[in-house]
Amino acid sequence: MSRKVLLIEDEPNISEAIRFLLTREGWQVDTHAEGTDAVKVILAARPDLVILDVMLPGKSGMDVLRDLREHDEMTKLPVLMLTARGQSRDREMAEQAGVSRFMTKPFSNTEVLTAVRDLHAQASRS
Amino acid sequence: MATLNVLILVCLGYVVLLFGVAFVADRLAASGGGKWLRSPLIYTLSLSIYCTAWTFYGAVGNAARSGLEFVTIYLGPTLVMVSWWWGLRKLVRIGRSQRVTSIADLISSRYGKSNTLAICVTTLAVLGGTPYIALQLQSITLSFSIFAEADPAGLYREGSSVFWVAAGLAVFAILFGTRNLDVNERHHGVVTAIALESVVKLFALLAVGFFVVWGIAGGLGPTLDRIDASKIGQWQVDAGRWTTLVFLSAAAFVCLPRMFQVMVVENDDESHLRTASWAFPLYLLLMSLFVVPIAVVGLDLLPEGSNPDLFVLTVPLSQGNEWLAMLSFIGGFSSATSMVIVTAMALSTMVSNHVVMPIWLNTQEGTGSVSGDVRTIVLLARRVSIAAIMALGYFYYRLSGGGAALASIGLVAFAGISQILPALVGGLFWRGATRTGALVGLSVGFALWIYTMLLPDMGGGIIPNSVIEYGPFGWGWLRPQALFGIEGMDPLVHSVLWSLSLNTIAFCVASMLSFPSPLERLQGAQFVNVFDHSTALRGWTGSVAQSEDLMIMTQRILGTIPAQEFFQAEAERQNGRRGRLPEPTPGFLERLERELSGSVGAATAHAMIGQIVGGASVSVEDLLAVADESAQLLEYSSQLEAKSAELSRTARQLREANTKLTQVSMQKDAFLSQVSHELRTPMTSIRAFSEIMRDTDGLSAAEQKRYAAIIHDEALRLTRLLDDLLDLSVLESGQVNLNMGDGTLRAMLDRAVSSALAGGERPLSVRRVRSSERIQLHTDLDRLGQVFINLISNAQKYCDAAEPILTISAHDVGGQVVIDFIDNGSGIPPEAQSMVFEKFSRVGSDKAGGAGLGLAICREIMQRLGGEVTYLPGQGGAAFRVSLPLAYRQAAQ
Repeated sequence: MSRKVLLIEDEPNISEAIRFLLTREGWQVDTHAEGTDAVKVILAARPDLVILDVMLPGKSGMDVLRDLREHDEMTKLPVLMLTARGQSRDREMAEQAGVSRFMTKPFSNTEVLTAVRDLHAQASRS
Repeated sequence: MATLNVLILVCLGYVVLLFGVAFVADRLAASGGGKWLRSPLIYTLSLSIYCTAWTFYGAVGNAARSGLEFVTIYLGPTLVMVSWWWGLRKLVRIGRSQRVTSIADLISSRYGKSNTLAICVTTLAVLGGTPYIALQLQSITLSFSIFAEADPAGLYREGSSVFWVAAGLAVFAILFGTRNLDVNERHHGVVTAIALESVVKLFALLAVGFFVVWGIAGGLGPTLDRIDASKIGQWQVDAGRWTTLVFLSAAAFVCLPRMFQVMVVENDDESHLRTASWAFPLYLLLMSLFVVPIAVVGLDLLPEGSNPDLFVLTVPLSQGNEWLAMLSFIGGFSSATSMVIVTAMALSTMVSNHVVMPIWLNTQEGTGSVSGDVRTIVLLARRVSIAAIMALGYFYYRLSGGGAALASIGLVAFAGISQILPALVGGLFWRGATRTGALVGLSVGFALWIYTMLLPDMGGGIIPNSVIEYGPFGWGWLRPQALFGIEGMDPLVHSVLWSLSLNTIAFCVASMLSFPSPLERLQGAQFVNVFDHSTALRGWTGSVAQSEDLMIMTQRILGTIPAQEFFQAEAERQNGRRGRLPEPTPGFLERLERELSGSVGAATAHAMIGQIVGGASVSVEDLLAVADESAQLLEYSSQLEAKSAELSRTARQLREANTKLTQVSMQKDAFLSQVSHELRTPMTSIRAFSEIMRDTDGLSAAEQKRYAAIIHDEALRLTRLLDDLLDLSVLESGQVNLNMGDGTLRAMLDRAVSSALAGGERPLSVRRVRSSERIQLHTDLDRLGQVFINLISNAQKYCDAAEPILTISAHDVGGQVVIDFIDNGSGIPPEAQSMVFEKFSRVGSDKAGGAGLGLAICREIMQRLGGEVTYLPGQGGAAFRVSLPLAYRQAAQ
């Protein structure tokens, strides 16, 4: 069974690093680098997991997440959020918006992999 | 038998008696006893110093010469007493409430306490008083000479006797008038002695009258027949002269310093005026009763050429009745001495208070305190003044030759002193009267009096007869006794008419043309409305009805409960129980005043209690003090207002500063958040790839190289970011040092283009109009180059045209060099144009490696260089304009 992750991140180097890590874990990694039509892309791609950056051109990751959770079929979709701002206020906002896991850049690769595995396991169990 | 020696002994004895009376009266007054000393009778009798030796001797002489004209001298005061007693009452009230010491003091006080006016009035009074004193000297000397003629010893010599009489009177006046200094300037002893003298002179004159009517003429009927037979009965009345004389004597009665002294200064009780208003005219009537009979009998009995002024003495003497003559002499002596004493006292008060003391105080200024010896100085000043005044009188007598008729000298004095009348009456009844008006009026009247009356009267001694006859320099219209060519008038009427009418006109006109000072206004109001401001009560006394008013006032000031507490405590103190209003005793009123003064100030409290209890008038000093307190309050309140305005200004500034701080703090938060993001992003890539390289086995060589390159690039990006941040921080803090230098624009652009394009990977062709770049610049070349490189690399990074072209063009516009950088891309969207120079602003999603600080740095640099960098909208592509002042530009050859 193929696991699909959608990575929404505007920094190409970070995208490449995550793609490298997850591909080796057996994920199919799709990327998108912009916020405006991110929700549409997610709805179309139907990924098992979404990794979402906060500071996106066009529309912030927070807004993308909020809009995404408006859709009934997307309420359970695991979303791992990454931010470079790292303020506690961002974490609270993200939790209110319905984030599954929140991580601050720079992260260790192990952290990201563990988070992805946990989220996927939780989603699979339910 | 009746030798001069006896006469002198009698005189001395009489003086000792007077002195004893004065001494006892003073003692009684000081010990609080002797109520009769302050009786209306004493007051009335003291007023009779109006009747001097001039009246005593001169009235008979006047009757013998001019018939009933002597009556005018009595008519004037009678009219004043009977029909103008209310005016006198006002004068007395003012005198008491203002603690006036003399008529000069009154005038000065009315017109804003002007010492100039006081000096004027004093001078006038001294000049007017001098002939009058001379007159008394003459009367005494003449009467002496009568007895001397009968003295077989023949020791009498006129010249020396005048001197000794003057000296004796001076000593007498000094002993009487300046024995001590009374606070109120009241002299009970002197007044009592004068009252005694009044009785003596009236008694003497009546005695002579009875002797003449019943002893010589043989009863009333024959006397009347003699009068009808004499020429006195046929004299016609000169209406103009009569009117003038009545008016003059009335004016003098009010204005004479000695009359003012006894009528106003020595007045103990206003109500005494009521008695005096009928008793004094009665006294005058008695004094004048036998004047005509004595004159008629004298004219009949004595040889032709006898001096009628001395009939009072010579008629009894001619009948061998020496004791009656002696009594008569004592009467005349009384008249003269009482007049001289009081006049000398009044004048010396004026001279010492308004002339000597101001001068003395001026010379004492700066030498320290004026302490206890002032009393001695004042007394000394008064004694010297008295001596000087007597000396003046003596010299006047010697100068005028002593020959003029008594009545004539008296009239000169009357006319002189009457010049005060306009200023006095105007001051009492007209609030518009001013100091200037009074000064001008007095001066005019004074000058005219001297010119038209005093100088001609003194005969050829002072001015030559030619002036009197033909006028000064032969100007006929300036003849002293026919001013402006009006001839044929009685000299007295002429002088009084001109001097008083011009005096009055000048007073009124100058008053209307001048403006009173605040103190004058206040004093004017005090004088004109004296009955509104004061009552006749003395001290702090009042009724329970006033207690109620006091209570109401106190409640308003202290508040209801404290006021009731205060009043109840006082009632308890007075009656031992609470629950009723306390009596307004002086002690209570003083405590109340103290209590109130804590709230409203001392002067205001005094004035308020004064208004309700009415015991003391509200003086100008009180009003001024109230005004001072109000002014202080006003000043405090304006200071408070200023403080409060300052406070609200400070508060506003603080609010503004706070808003600014909040903004700055928010900007700082946003900036730190941005910096954090910009730092973390490259660090994320570096960490991720370095972990990949560490943890992953079997990475291909290509992969390893690529990931290492990414780590390298991101590390560079971090370094650039930190460089930019440091650069910006230095520029923004203003601590940047400019390294000024000279160079041409062309060379600078050459360097910037090559350095910018060298590092870039994307192709960019740059078009320049090199001929327009021959511009010499004097600026920080490195910093300006930094701006150029930034703009060129921006075009290189962000120009989205298929074949990117950057056009650089330079112009010289109005003293500025303007360099435009325009590319052929799609440009910056309008909504972002205003943001491009802000920190961390990036347009679009392109992550071309910049942190978004480049343009912010450019803007800061251009500000430091005195120019600016702006975005040029509407040029198609992205367009930036750099402009720089051309202060040091030179065309490059």
